[in-house]
Amino acid sequence: MLDIRLYMAQRLSALIMVPLVIGHIAVMIYAVQGGLTVDEILSRTQGSFAWFLFYGSFVVAVSVHGAIGLRVISFEWLGLKGRSLTILSWIVFAGLLGLGGRAVFAVTSAGGGL
Amino acid sequence: MMKRIGLLTSDTKMMTVSIWREEENDGRFEDYEVPARENQTVLDVVAYVQQHIDPTLSYRFACRVGMCGSCAMMVNGAPRWTCRTHVSKVVTDERLEVGPLRNLPVIKDLATDMDPFFEKWVAAEAVFHPSATRDDPMAAITPDDPMRIAASEAIECINCAVCYAACDVVENNPDYFGPAALNRAWSLVNDSRDAGQDARLAAVGSNGGCHNCHSQQGCVQYCPNELNPTLSIAGLKRETTKAMFRWSR
Repeated sequence: MLDIRLYMAQRLSALIMVPLVIGHIAVMIYAVQGGLTVDEILSRTQGSFAWFLFYGSFVVAVSVHGAIGLRVISFEWLGLKGRSLTILSWIVFAGLLGLGGRAVFAVTSAGGGL
Repeated sequence: MMKRIGLLTSDTKMMTVSIWREEENDGRFEDYEVPARENQTVLDVVAYVQQHIDPTLSYRFACRVGMCGSCAMMVNGAPRWTCRTHVSKVVTDERLEVGPLRNLPVIKDLATDMDPFFEKWVAAEAVFHPSATRDDPMAAITPDDPMRIAASEAIECINCAVCYAACDVVENNPDYFGPAALNRAWSLVNDSRDAGQDARLAAVGSNGGCHNCHSQQGCVQYCPNELNPTLSIAGLKRETTKAMFRWSR
């Protein structure tokens, strides 16, 4: 079920997520402590390539990691296999990527996004 | 249904053993009353039932001293080598339940079909590939060679399939090679005489390979020889990862 490619994809995406999760939590604490408003936050993130890179790579890593993890659970616990398992994995990946990408775009695009 | 032999004296202490009886996929536990001897193994009890109560009971054993790996069964829900498992150590409320090994198809009663277990050894390339002929000199491997030490830790497997029966990944993933095959593959990865390392690392990195292990360590918990297949599998994960970066160069 899990060959070395999927195993490595999941481990490497976890590796990428570790500093990003810490950064994300740090940003949340900072924003709450200082009492930043939504406008103040958006004024810093919108149009910022650095924040786009930060949360963009976060979303890609989460999509890969979560899709493979749910793939294993669906196989072992729900008995899904073959094509239905592959389709489910891609749907989870695309869903996470789509939802996360939409949020990243909204927060970091120069015009305010969607 | 309770079956009892009449040759025992009236003051012989008895106990009940439930034994799985199965033929052609129709199976159930049946109760037998056997002497509760102070010093007897689970295999002794099964042999008693077959010899004194029901000669049609099928089970497998050979050496009776924990070397051959033939007599593994589920005892009160846990996989055990029955020839070295004392009834007094595992009996609960005077009851003993003996079933066929988990995760393997039953042929009859307590005898399981071991083919899937051993086919996975071959699939995992847990097979020695010689790099020399009998005409070559003996390979010199010193006892303090790190690879020899790593191999030694994994080498005392008796192929009893207790770990295979203990593994929840095997239960949920029929493709998974299981702890024993991967442990053997790891001992061969550390065999400097072996000529099949690339094929082996490719095999243990394939669909049913080491990367499916969740490190739950059921195999470590129940291995009668106190081996650590989870550690071996971790070694395989490490070596396949290194090999992937080597191959991609």
